[in-house]
Amino acid sequence: MTRLIVWRIFEAVLTLLAIATITFFLVRIAPGGPFTSERGVTPQILENINAHYGLDKPMVIQYANYLKGLAQGDMGPSFKYANRSVNELLLEAFPVSMELGAYALIFAMIIGMLSGLLAAYRPNSWMDYTPMSFAMAGICIPSFVLGPLLALVFGVYLGWFNVTGWNYPDDRILPTITLGAIYAAYVARLTRGGMLEVMGQDYIRTARAKGVKESMVVLRHGLRVGILPVVSFIGPAAAGLITGSFVVEKIFRIPGLGTIIVNAALNRDYFLILGGVLFYGGLLVLLNLLVDLLLLWLDPKMRARASA
Amino acid sequence: MSDLQKSRNSLTRDAWRRLCRNRMALLGMVTIVVLVLLCLFAPIISPYAEDAQNLELGAAPPSPAHIMGTDYTGRDVFTRVLYGGRVSFAVALCATAVSLLIGVAYGAIAGFFGGVVDSIMMRIVDIMYALPYVLFVILLLALFGRNFMLLFLAIGAVEWLSMARIVRGQVMSIKQQDFVEACRALAVKKRRTIFKHILPNVLGPIIVYMTLTIPSVMLLEAFLSFLGLGIPDPDSSWGKLINYGAQHMEEHPWLLIGPGAVLSLTLFSLNFVGDGLRDALDPRTAED
Repeated sequence: MTRLIVWRIFEAVLTLLAIATITFFLVRIAPGGPFTSERGVTPQILENINAHYGLDKPMVIQYANYLKGLAQGDMGPSFKYANRSVNELLLEAFPVSMELGAYALIFAMIIGMLSGLLAAYRPNSWMDYTPMSFAMAGICIPSFVLGPLLALVFGVYLGWFNVTGWNYPDDRILPTITLGAIYAAYVARLTRGGMLEVMGQDYIRTARAKGVKESMVVLRHGLRVGILPVVSFIGPAAAGLITGSFVVEKIFRIPGLGTIIVNAALNRDYFLILGGVLFYGGLLVLLNLLVDLLLLWLDPKMRARASA
Repeated sequence: MSDLQKSRNSLTRDAWRRLCRNRMALLGMVTIVVLVLLCLFAPIISPYAEDAQNLELGAAPPSPAHIMGTDYTGRDVFTRVLYGGRVSFAVALCATAVSLLIGVAYGAIAGFFGGVVDSIMMRIVDIMYALPYVLFVILLLALFGRNFMLLFLAIGAVEWLSMARIVRGQVMSIKQQDFVEACRALAVKKRRTIFKHILPNVLGPIIVYMTLTIPSVMLLEAFLSFLGLGIPDPDSSWGKLINYGAQHMEEHPWLLIGPGAVLSLTLFSLNFVGDGLRDALDPRTAED
């Protein structure tokens, strides 16, 4: 058990190192530098700027310096936002993306699990077909079609919400639905599948035979195991939410991390790109780690295998 | 040999019959074929050229002459959707082919050799799975500019990982069988054993996974085009048309609705075909 956890943490660190390395060299071999578009810069000044940021040193030394800073939690300066550090910029944008992602995940979980449970409770009836048709639609309508459509209907025609922005509590609703819809659909399908399999098992019959209340049978005995596929889906879902937020941030003009990273890449703001990608990557790795631990806690079989 | 041929044929026929009994899958298949034909024969079907402008008309709502309306410069949206569909389908097929080539070869080699080779190769896949891939694709396109080849390679590189895992699992179970032993006894070269003898037996899962890869690739391409990073100008794809429509939806909603509906319909159909094929080729999962 401990060995497994230690191995997983080691793997996580390795992944982060790989992300840092690939991004570092990818950004550097791309044509154009952060200051090439500045006007009226003489070669002498450019040299001074490069020396100031340590860009004149050999690439390998720069890479080592960057890793050294990283180990101390310093992601370096931003080139385009003068006198601001990458840490500051990311910490400013992160809460926005985090909030959006969290709302979308909660929305997906609640709606998805409720409709999945409903569908599994009476399979092959209208209670099954209605939510599952919505789920299929949710999977096939991409967020960049759904988002503008929602904005058009509820923002422009009905006037219930602002079409873009992130200033009032109301502004959270449309982006949350746009980002969460597809995951709600997947969660619904997974919950249905998991519950259908579990409810046919012997121990459920035993529980019923013992006279346990039906709601207890479904929610306590059934759901705890039936939910396992959903839990292992949280990892990939989080990854999808993270990249999905790029599009949603664009549709609703939300000042989050996605906007920062795309702009940083276009501006060749080396350290900001690196910082943003590493930040996302770290978040992803951390979430996957947590999901694995959660699965160990939920599933007795897996616990037995891990300690064996 | 002829016995083997016969049993194989009947297996295929069985799968085909099961597929045809699945009405949604059949409907999906017909829809896809119709859409592909429409896109292929766009110049014959549409009376308008792709970029034919009609400045007098401007942006007009759908009418019998322009069933999806026109944009600001009077270009017919339906015609643009058909031509954009050529690009979208082409990207989907090419990128899927890239992921197929890498994934199948990688998975087959890992599964066939097993042992240390396998653990190292699969560890690499595990670690790559954890990378925020789409981020890299976005970075790649933002840094190097929009480029067709880069787009294919980038999307293909994202999608091969699952294919490698599936093929590896299948190859591991098949290599236990007698005919592989026979190959070894006859001193058939390893490469020949893998690609001529083992892989044809894994064709079913490969085909199923491929049909499920196509819609996800299309989605990824549209996603990138929507962010302004996909297909380079002047070509257009469904993602680009949707992006354009989303920017102008307040005054001219049909610019968004037409392309959006066609993309959704395509994804819908492809997913049904994929699910149907999986059920048809693997009766075990059909019970769920």
